[in-house]
Amino acid sequence: MIEGILISTLVKGGVYALLALGFSLIFGVARMLNLAHTAFYMLAAYGVYTFAKLLGLSPIVSIILSLVITTLIGLVTYKLLIDRIREHHVTVLLITLALAMVFQESMLLAFGGHYLSAPSFVAGYYEVIGVKVSYQHLLTFGTVLVVLVGVWVLLAKTKLGIAIRATAQDTEIANLMGIDVSRILLIVMGIATGLAAVAGVVVAPTLILEPHMWMPPFVMIMAIIVLGGLGSIKGSVIGAFILALVEVLVVFLLPAGAFLKGAFALLVMVIVLVVRPEGLFGVSFEEERL
Amino acid sequence: MLRRLFKDFQGDVLAIPGRLIALIFLVLLFLIPLFTQQPYILRTLIYANMFVIFAVSWDFISGYTGQINFGHALFFGVAAYTTALLNTHLGWQPWATIPIGALGAVIAGVLMCLPALRLRGPYLSLVTLAFPLILLGIIFSFTDFTGGELGISGLDRISESKTVDFYISALVMIVSVFIMWKLTDARSSLVRTGLIFHAIREDEIAARASGINTIRYKLLAFAVGAFFAGIAGGFYAHFMRIAGPSTLELALSFQAIIWTVFGGIVSIYGPFVGVYLLYPLMEFLRVVPEVRYIIFAGIVILILLFMPEGIAVWIRDKIERQCPRCKLSNVAWRHTCRACSASLYGD
Repeated sequence: MIEGILISTLVKGGVYALLALGFSLIFGVARMLNLAHTAFYMLAAYGVYTFAKLLGLSPIVSIILSLVITTLIGLVTYKLLIDRIREHHVTVLLITLALAMVFQESMLLAFGGHYLSAPSFVAGYYEVIGVKVSYQHLLTFGTVLVVLVGVWVLLAKTKLGIAIRATAQDTEIANLMGIDVSRILLIVMGIATGLAAVAGVVVAPTLILEPHMWMPPFVMIMAIIVLGGLGSIKGSVIGAFILALVEVLVVFLLPAGAFLKGAFALLVMVIVLVVRPEGLFGVSFEEERL
Repeated sequence: MLRRLFKDFQGDVLAIPGRLIALIFLVLLFLIPLFTQQPYILRTLIYANMFVIFAVSWDFISGYTGQINFGHALFFGVAAYTTALLNTHLGWQPWATIPIGALGAVIAGVLMCLPALRLRGPYLSLVTLAFPLILLGIIFSFTDFTGGELGISGLDRISESKTVDFYISALVMIVSVFIMWKLTDARSSLVRTGLIFHAIREDEIAARASGINTIRYKLLAFAVGAFFAGIAGGFYAHFMRIAGPSTLELALSFQAIIWTVFGGIVSIYGPFVGVYLLYPLMEFLRVVPEVRYIIFAGIVILILLFMPEGIAVWIRDKIERQCPRCKLSNVAWRHTCRACSASLYGD
């Protein structure tokens, strides 16, 4: 059982980490709470379903198509809707919320409200310490690891990463230093949507697809981000695994109370915040800027 | 005496187009039952009145202290459930259950503040999101007491006729909105809270440096906002005659944000306009049930793209202009201020 818990936590936590990372990144740089973040994850999952099952394309092609299309949708919506009212934070919040609604309802129109499932990319399973791990789960976890390391390298080692971090620290100063802030914001939006899309693509085969599927992970990544400390990448990743562990524990130990998994995770977040108001890895000087 | 009252009325209401429009609207609202008795229209208006209180109380908490609250449904839901439990299990009358429900909401608001007020900005938003969802979990685990998915039904009616219900809801709405408007009026000579709330929103650190106990005032904002949201929740439960999990859902919390930001945040009349435009619109869109959310979201996005401050604020800026010298509101087509005759548009 412990092995089962461990593996579920790793897979689930990995997906949450990807989602939380993207959300945290776009918040950190653009100071924008993107409520449509997990809606992009849903779009990507539906994309895989469409290309792989309805159109019968090969898994690789449908993954790539789905990723590219979702990221493009993210960029276009940012450019058309959000960029011009960037200064009005609450309005941006509302527009992203309305966007999430539009995406949800369009999926409802296009695919109907019933549960769908995308085909598995790789069949079969592998046995580790007596637990059957399907290749799909291994693939998910592997992808998550690669992408997380990739994002870390991008942010820490490249010139673009330095520009992104500079913009996150202080937009105006970054602008004075010759960084094209609106280009950086667009790139960050692309990366964030891309991360959400990757998460959506890798979990699509293991999840049931329905138009409201963006809600539960949305609440969860909110909790993860607060738990880990807003804007802290390390915090988001560790917070993701902690809350995934809580969820999985509730499901394993209290099968009758599985519907409480979200409530328990949120409770853990509240308790942590009472003890440490800035989250696990939050920086407290951050708040002066808000 | 009467003449003086009339003079005040002329100066404070008739001379300011925004207030004149509000007055005309309220008079028309009260006349509606004379023209139509259709239960469907009256019911829509009754709920709209309740949601006005709900949205305005969100604006009170979030707009005025700058603490965007993602869990406003908590207050609504706690009050609805308290009211429903008292009414169905103990058989108490609506005039007793609704205030107690609202007090329950205040307690919930203060409890929520314990972790929430140690945080600022987006942290606070994200934490407030958690509370109604935790409560929803609790409600689903004690189904025989709370009714679970179905909620508690069979509450007493407030009155026997829809018309009386409508007048009660309209009066409650006007009184609540008026109190909240006065409490946030920065130029009021009676209460200081308006000025202090504005100060906290503009710069919390500066407000604290000026000797304002910002935590106490934020707590006050939460308590008052929660109280009025609770009043709305209690009345809603009695009008609906059911208190279900939908009163606690994320969708309702977000609805408050949609109405308020659409109308114009930090204005009190913004959420008022927002609810009265969007709630009937949503009801009207039931003629095309499949696409009504898409149309609704599309309208919200389009309007906000062109009026990012909200529709009511945009209109106000078109028809009113503040005198640069004495800060008095004037009709926008005047050239000089009506009180101090300074030029309104500079030289």
